[in-house]
Amino acid sequence: MNKVVQEIYDNATEFVRTFGAFQLFFMRLLQHSPALLFGRPSVVIRQVYNAGAMSLVIVMVCGLFVGAVLALQAYSNMSRFNAEDWTGVAAAFALVKELGPVMTAILFAGRAGTSLTSEIGLMKATDQLSAMEMMAVNPLRRVLVPRFLGGVISMPLLAGIFSAVGMFGAHIVGVELFQVDVGSFWQQIQLTVEIADVREGIIKSIVFGFAASLIAVWEGYNAIPTAEGVGRATTRTVVITAITILVFDFMITAALI
Amino acid sequence: MGDYSDNLIEIRNLRYLRGPRAIFNNLDLTIKRGQVTAIMGPSGTGKTTLLRLITRQLNPQQGTILIDGVDISTLSQKELYRLRQRFGMLFQNGALLTDLSVFENVAFPLREHTKLSDRLIRHIVLTKLHAVGLRGAAYMMPSELSGGMARRVALARAMVMDPDILIYDEPFVGLDPISMGVIVRLVRRMNDALGITSIIVSHDVEEVATVSDCSYLLSDGKVAASGSPDELRTANSELVRQFMHGMADGPVPFHYKAPSYEEQLLGRDVE
Repeated sequence: MNKVVQEIYDNATEFVRTFGAFQLFFMRLLQHSPALLFGRPSVVIRQVYNAGAMSLVIVMVCGLFVGAVLALQAYSNMSRFNAEDWTGVAAAFALVKELGPVMTAILFAGRAGTSLTSEIGLMKATDQLSAMEMMAVNPLRRVLVPRFLGGVISMPLLAGIFSAVGMFGAHIVGVELFQVDVGSFWQQIQLTVEIADVREGIIKSIVFGFAASLIAVWEGYNAIPTAEGVGRATTRTVVITAITILVFDFMITAALI
Repeated sequence: MGDYSDNLIEIRNLRYLRGPRAIFNNLDLTIKRGQVTAIMGPSGTGKTTLLRLITRQLNPQQGTILIDGVDISTLSQKELYRLRQRFGMLFQNGALLTDLSVFENVAFPLREHTKLSDRLIRHIVLTKLHAVGLRGAAYMMPSELSGGMARRVALARAMVMDPDILIYDEPFVGLDPISMGVIVRLVRRMNDALGITSIIVSHDVEEVATVSDCSYLLSDGKVAASGSPDELRTANSELVRQFMHGMADGPVPFHYKAPSYEEQLLGRDVE
């Protein structure tokens, strides 16, 4: 019995300690961010390229197909009520408010998050972070902050691109394939989707950007510096990011309704 | 500030524990200015740990480390970083930044710490790369380099800020004889030409003997012997003899601590 209590206590303190360290880590990233962002933008831009531009292909391809399948579903269901004109609206709502930010964040975790974690973990394992310390360069400032900012900046942009390409996919299916009138397809969207809906999507993508980048960078920095440790940290990045994003998505949606 | 005696680094009464195990216990060690000092010892005696303590990547539980008479444990983060700019360190595997080219790796400390023009940085970097014979590899990526080349690039990077102290962590491990000879000569030449102080951690007795002015042999958390390579070679201590002549068994046992062979084969040790 005593042993069980002790174990629960140990786990609880460990959790509190990790959570505290995580928050402290986040604060330190934020603290160094403005100086780097405005002082040495080139370092950040390089990471926006790595995290954002390099994720473009996967985000656009997935966006296209998600938009297309949404239109397929919407059309086949709406046509039962002779409401085919609403195909675009259904796809637009789903994309802008939910699937754009959520799918992008999960794809981002898989494409950019994993590469951030493994890159930082391997830098640690090969003494590159220690070498920086020895060159009197703070690795937090020089390695972690630019990668974190790269993710934070690219995520909302990627989510926007995902939704835009998704709408194009919906257009192809709705208008070109099922011959929904192109005027009413787009006009319904214009009349129904409001700024508040777009804003919800933007808020989500910003929050998810912070969460996904923070988790990826944290996992890499705290990875056990061995092949196995880095592998495990990379897996954790995807799993934790996916769960966090879905939980946050629920909370944000509930708060904004 | 600081005292400019012959002793650049003084370690007094150092105690460092990793978990319950004492890596160093009452260690005393002095590194003289302008010399090449070697720190030798069997694997696992904490040679690399000692380097990390000297550069305060680790903090000791007890004892002091003085650099130029200043106790490094009293330094703030800023002062520590300023001190580290006086150090150049060559890591075991080079530790080059894999996302930067050879040129940018060497330029890295300059770009971080100075506001020199690109033109001047280019001159300095090419000079340093020329000194290690790799000017022609300036635009290669670290992944394209051999082990010996990577270490030479790392050496160029360690020198680029013109440090007072160069630290080499196992510079000779895993090198072919040619690369080894190149590195050995570079270590000596850098030290004498630039008037710096060098610290080499290594267990390659032969190579160390050719470059070092003074060697320390560590064992069991203490200095087991010290002196010039010749003094060590003729020392009476059994441990020194075992180490210098590479004998399999002696004070440092061949077998890791284990229950008796017989007991273990009969399965009596598993209760």
